[in-house]
Amino acid sequence: MLEIKNLHASINGKEILKGLSLSVKPGEIHAIMGPNGSGKSTLSSVITGNPAFEVTQGSIIFEGKDLQEMAPEKRANEGIFLSFQYPVEIPGVSMVNFMRTAINEQRKYRELPPISATDFLRIMREKKALVEMDNKLTNRSVNEGFSGGEKKRNEIFQMAMLEPKLAILDETDSGLDIDALRIVAHGVNKLKSPENATIVITHYQRLLEYIIPDYVHVLHDGRIVKSGGKELALELEARGYDWIKQEVAV
Amino acid sequence: MEKQYIDLYKTHHSLIKQHAAPVMNESRDASFALFEKLGFPTTKLENYKYTDLKEALSLDYGLNVRRLDFPVDPYQAFKCDVPGIQSYLYFVVNDAFYPEYNEQNAELPKEVIVCSLKEAAEKYPDLMAKYYGRLSTQKQDGLVAFNGAFAQDGFFMYVPKNVQLDRPVQLVNIMRADVDFMANAHNLIILEEGAKAQLLVCDHTVDDVRFVSNRVTEVFVAENATYEHYKLENTHIKTTNLSTLLIEQQASSNVLGNVITLHNGLTRNSIEIALNGENCETELCGMVIADKKQQVDNFTSVLHNMPNCHSNELFKYVLDDVSKGAFTGRLYVAKDAQKTRAYQTNRNILLNRTAKMRTKPQLEIYADDVKCSHGATIGQLDEQAMFYMRTRGIPYEEARLLLMFAFTADVIDNIRIPALADRMKMLVEKRLRGELSKCEGCTICQ
Repeated sequence: MLEIKNLHASINGKEILKGLSLSVKPGEIHAIMGPNGSGKSTLSSVITGNPAFEVTQGSIIFEGKDLQEMAPEKRANEGIFLSFQYPVEIPGVSMVNFMRTAINEQRKYRELPPISATDFLRIMREKKALVEMDNKLTNRSVNEGFSGGEKKRNEIFQMAMLEPKLAILDETDSGLDIDALRIVAHGVNKLKSPENATIVITHYQRLLEYIIPDYVHVLHDGRIVKSGGKELALELEARGYDWIKQEVAV
Repeated sequence: MEKQYIDLYKTHHSLIKQHAAPVMNESRDASFALFEKLGFPTTKLENYKYTDLKEALSLDYGLNVRRLDFPVDPYQAFKCDVPGIQSYLYFVVNDAFYPEYNEQNAELPKEVIVCSLKEAAEKYPDLMAKYYGRLSTQKQDGLVAFNGAFAQDGFFMYVPKNVQLDRPVQLVNIMRADVDFMANAHNLIILEEGAKAQLLVCDHTVDDVRFVSNRVTEVFVAENATYEHYKLENTHIKTTNLSTLLIEQQASSNVLGNVITLHNGLTRNSIEIALNGENCETELCGMVIADKKQQVDNFTSVLHNMPNCHSNELFKYVLDDVSKGAFTGRLYVAKDAQKTRAYQTNRNILLNRTAKMRTKPQLEIYADDVKCSHGATIGQLDEQAMFYMRTRGIPYEEARLLLMFAFTADVIDNIRIPALADRMKMLVEKRLRGELSKCEGCTICQ
């Protein structure tokens, strides 16, 4: 589904990713772990096409298509979703209007007619229930005045609405209390299917107790330096990242 | 530049007076003398430093001092931008009130007077004597003095005590001429105690010539009266629209001003609201969407002369191409105007590097127990918000549009006529989409 090969990427001339390779197949959950500044968020930005980053070398192929040729909105409509580490507040744009526009753009891309008002409301209701999201939130502007936990729930709500093939969860656990974490993880697990894949980017092992990964990768200095099964996450939790850094240095 | 008008006045002042009401002529010579002294405003003046009128005013414009009829059927010339809004509808062509009876106005309450200023001067000399020129003649402003010297007619509205109009009065100003043309209209609006009225002013131009319209509007809002003044400007690129709006509020009155410029050439709105009684409520908003070489300068002045009043100002600009915007928010709080609450916000988005915005909050506070605030920002569309929306599949252009529309939404939220607010949303969206890069039906703007 996703094939990243020897990816180099920089921001403002500073190279952050230095030859990253990753392969994700349908149905898989990959966890990307690593210390601060190792390039985790850069990876999610580059996959989704953030114009602030420049790819200098390597390739990102999604379902046989070269992503680098595509604008962010096209990648989204191809089925890639990013749950932001810091969801953006958009005053004046209502959640309902935002979501309807997104859904209809996706439908237009798939050559489907715009969604009917009743269908839209029904789907909204279902998906809100999935992440136990308050009705009041969808009546407000996008993320405006939402608490940290509400913003993260809203990300998963949007993911549920858009039903992506590949979901990237960037530090979705940060700023969540344990109840919110459980709700968010429950939402993610509910959306899981053999056809879609998930990349969980996290600093801590905590989220991985709820979303069980098939593979764990350790990112260090812009490269994946170690890969393993879910037990690798536990080892990282117990031992920290320093031993990996030393192992790499040797 | 002033000379041609000074000569014109000296040669033709008796003709000007002959075609105007006596009450207007009483202050005419004094206004002319003041104009001779002040001349047209230049950028050397603090209040005009952002907008240079020289080029626009140096052309040779015709004036219609003989008050010849300009043949026009306003119903033909004017395609209403806000159809479906149930209003009492009136037209002023250049500076002449269009007299034809309109069935739509049959239900206007009998005690309410709407007519030309000239007719009002003849039929209601007491009202005119009491109000005409009270706010304008003392103004040390070359444009207002010029208007005092040359204005011969305009729009008159009187709403007596406790009469509350059930629907808006719509005043459509149409500029029409076969040569480059200047009109000086003087409007007078009087609301007595407890009266209520909404006025929607629509500015239009129909001919492919250069226009200067120099309008002065005086508004008197008595105790407990409520007045809403909406102005929607849809004029063509060759228009210089100079508008002075002077409002006086008495105790416990409520005023809303909302000036929206969607299409224009060069616009200067000078708005002054004097709060001359306690417990006044004042809301003053504005929105500008400009591109090409358009220029819009909103100069506002809110004078808290009495205690316990509340004012709030909100102006938003979206500027593209080589357009220029300017905003001045003068806020004056007199020494004894304690417990004043006065707030002001001006936010601006520049869509590229060539558009320009000048903004100046100007607070003069002489009382010591007040709450006042001001904020001004000039920025671009939020890049992070743009990326966020695009990751949800919303294309760049659509995301940009949503952000711009959201940016202007709170000005529209301040429109208290629901049908007008809905219509305005549509007009703004179309304007932002570029579907209305000129006014509907216009063949003049490219």
